[in-house]
Amino acid sequence: MNCRSEALEVSVEGRQVDEAMLALLHTILLHRSTGKFHYKKEGTYSIGTVGTQDIDCDFIDFSFVRVSSDELDRAIRKAVGEFKDAMGNGMDGMGQISLEFYQKKKSRWPFSDECIPWEVWSIKVNVVNLANEQERQICREKVGEKLGEKVINIVEVINRHEYLPKMPTQSEVDNVFDTSLKDVQPYLYKITFQITDTLGTSVSTTMRRLIKDTLAL
Amino acid sequence: MMDSDLSPQDKKDLDKFIKFFALKTVQVIVQARLGEKVCTRSLSSPTGSDWFNLAIKDIPEVTHEAKKALSGQLPGIGRSMCVEISLKTSEGDSMELETWCLEMNEKCDKDIKVSYTVYNRLSLLLKSLLAITRVTPAYKLSRKQGHDYVILYRIYFGEVQLTGLGEGFQTVRVGVVGTPIGTITLSCAYRTNLAFMSTRQFERTAPIMGIIIDHFVERPFGNMGHMRPCNYRAPGEDEGAYNGVEDSQEVCTTSFSTSPPSQLYCSRLSYQPPVLVGAADFCHPSTLNAANPHQVTTQMGIPGKEGGIPQQVPVQPCHGAQAEHGRVSSCPPADHVPATPSSSGEGAETLSRSIEVKGVSPCDVLETTFTRKVGAFVNKPGTQVTTASLDLPFAAFAPRAYDLEENDPMVQPPESPATSSPLQGSLHSQGSGESGGPAQDDFVMVDFKPAFSKDDLLPMDLGTFYREFQNPPQLASLTIDVSSQSMAEDLDSLPEKLAVYEKNIDEFDAFVDTLQ
Repeated sequence: MNCRSEALEVSVEGRQVDEAMLALLHTILLHRSTGKFHYKKEGTYSIGTVGTQDIDCDFIDFSFVRVSSDELDRAIRKAVGEFKDAMGNGMDGMGQISLEFYQKKKSRWPFSDECIPWEVWSIKVNVVNLANEQERQICREKVGEKLGEKVINIVEVINRHEYLPKMPTQSEVDNVFDTSLKDVQPYLYKITFQITDTLGTSVSTTMRRLIKDTLAL
Repeated sequence: MMDSDLSPQDKKDLDKFIKFFALKTVQVIVQARLGEKVCTRSLSSPTGSDWFNLAIKDIPEVTHEAKKALSGQLPGIGRSMCVEISLKTSEGDSMELETWCLEMNEKCDKDIKVSYTVYNRLSLLLKSLLAITRVTPAYKLSRKQGHDYVILYRIYFGEVQLTGLGEGFQTVRVGVVGTPIGTITLSCAYRTNLAFMSTRQFERTAPIMGIIIDHFVERPFGNMGHMRPCNYRAPGEDEGAYNGVEDSQEVCTTSFSTSPPSQLYCSRLSYQPPVLVGAADFCHPSTLNAANPHQVTTQMGIPGKEGGIPQQVPVQPCHGAQAEHGRVSSCPPADHVPATPSSSGEGAETLSRSIEVKGVSPCDVLETTFTRKVGAFVNKPGTQVTTASLDLPFAAFAPRAYDLEENDPMVQPPESPATSSPLQGSLHSQGSGESGGPAQDDFVMVDFKPAFSKDDLLPMDLGTFYREFQNPPQLASLTIDVSSQSMAEDLDSLPEKLAVYEKNIDEFDAFVDTLQ
């Protein structure tokens, strides 16, 4: 199965990184989360309700909608926080944060389960430093517009209605969805990032992950 | 025909899905233009009333308007449902901002499963709509509505009309869902040319050639058309005539199974009760489209210090066409609206939030004209930020809103003493007999009759005193002209002043010693 890969790119100021990433990741997860499944007899199931809330950004002229789930929000913020820390403070730099949706495929012992991605969103971030308040004000507005365009791009991709994992039976649900949250159920996802320092060489967590995956096999 | 391939149950389900999708689409769009942040809770257990597994509240008036526009039909090929969002300024100018279109084309997807795939894709499309409604330019405008303009909506069914959006409007596609009877598409066309806002509103010059002139024609009630305000709130507990339980037959599918649904459709999810500030300060003019009594339109009054005087004229009877809403009752006068303290921490913005129109049914034929004092729309003297250099779609408008905040009497109160405001408001509503007529910018002279402290012996009574000192002249040192002129003089005179102070330095030291 081919994994669908989408790339987005934004240029932001240092203090806008968090909100820009949250805005885009939450927009994607809004579309990739359902209500909690409740399986009943005869293999049928009902689905819970997903609430939404508006979030205003402080450093960007932008508002976005996210799923009403504090647990999910905390998880995303944690990942974005780590990404921001890795990017460093006050330095120009480039980095990429990836949101990957995957399915688990059970393997026989001693092999561990395989994670097969079916959709990967890569958000390239270019951090700029601005000299004065007027530039920052313009940046607030421009980044807001850019994020709006990215949201439209995301919606466009989602509405192509390409591959989505089949709705699983009760025994398979944990291979497709993240059932650990108590109020919503996103597809299984993971967030990774890699940082490119100013010299352009790649100091990446991807290498570490590759090695870890190889060893896990 | 396409329909013959569809089982009767599937056809019935599909029609139900399309109907509720259309209603929810309208709710999402209008709620996104209310000017407030929307927040709904996720529920892990389905209630049976949340269509498409999304918590989208149903504002009864909006549902009613949507159903009225649909008139029992469904969006279909050649029959589009459109939600038009427009802006109306306090001066009566209006402008269409965007039109959301729910259409269907002939491209069918015969193999798609109705009760499962179509339903889930419609849910996805609603989520996309939630996201996109925050991204079009009208969102930011709607968040700032209240003092100078309001956002209105109009739902219509039939052919899409985009001519009101001006030249160069942009279109964004929200998404498509294929069904066995056609492909549903949802898109938004939005205006990019807001040029009239910067000229008309602030400089009061003639409209730019090329702008649709009829936006500025002051037809009595005519330019309201069938617009409803996006910030209208029906009373929370009042079922009125819009009881959603009439749809108790319509149960939303939250269960993907053959087992029966768990609960009947509930009429409403609760939403925020209206927030009011200061009955006496608050005025809410309602104008009614005389041609269609159902079109009660409520505008934001100007709350707070500059006051306002709602006028009420005799009630007119309903037209026969709306016989089922036959009762005619008058809207209670403004000063009976209960004062509810503002509970939000959003400061000045909250004061211009919702209006509570008690007991207004669609047939409340009430005409209230609105008179207000100048103050809220004073042209800002001196510098105006030119934003032509900024490359923004609504550059001409955005800093204006910022300017308006500086002019906003709620943020910067006028010179008159603050404590006079509630008194002034209630006194005005008592003595408001004479003034009338349509909304004007001019200062309206009201015979000021203070309720107490009137002394016939002295030439000056409280009323006269109040009038004379209500608008004291500006302090000379605060006048812009004087200060800009004397700045240079001040600087020049500084060395002399310093020399004098140095000469008298012993006196100053002695004075300081006495303080210790």
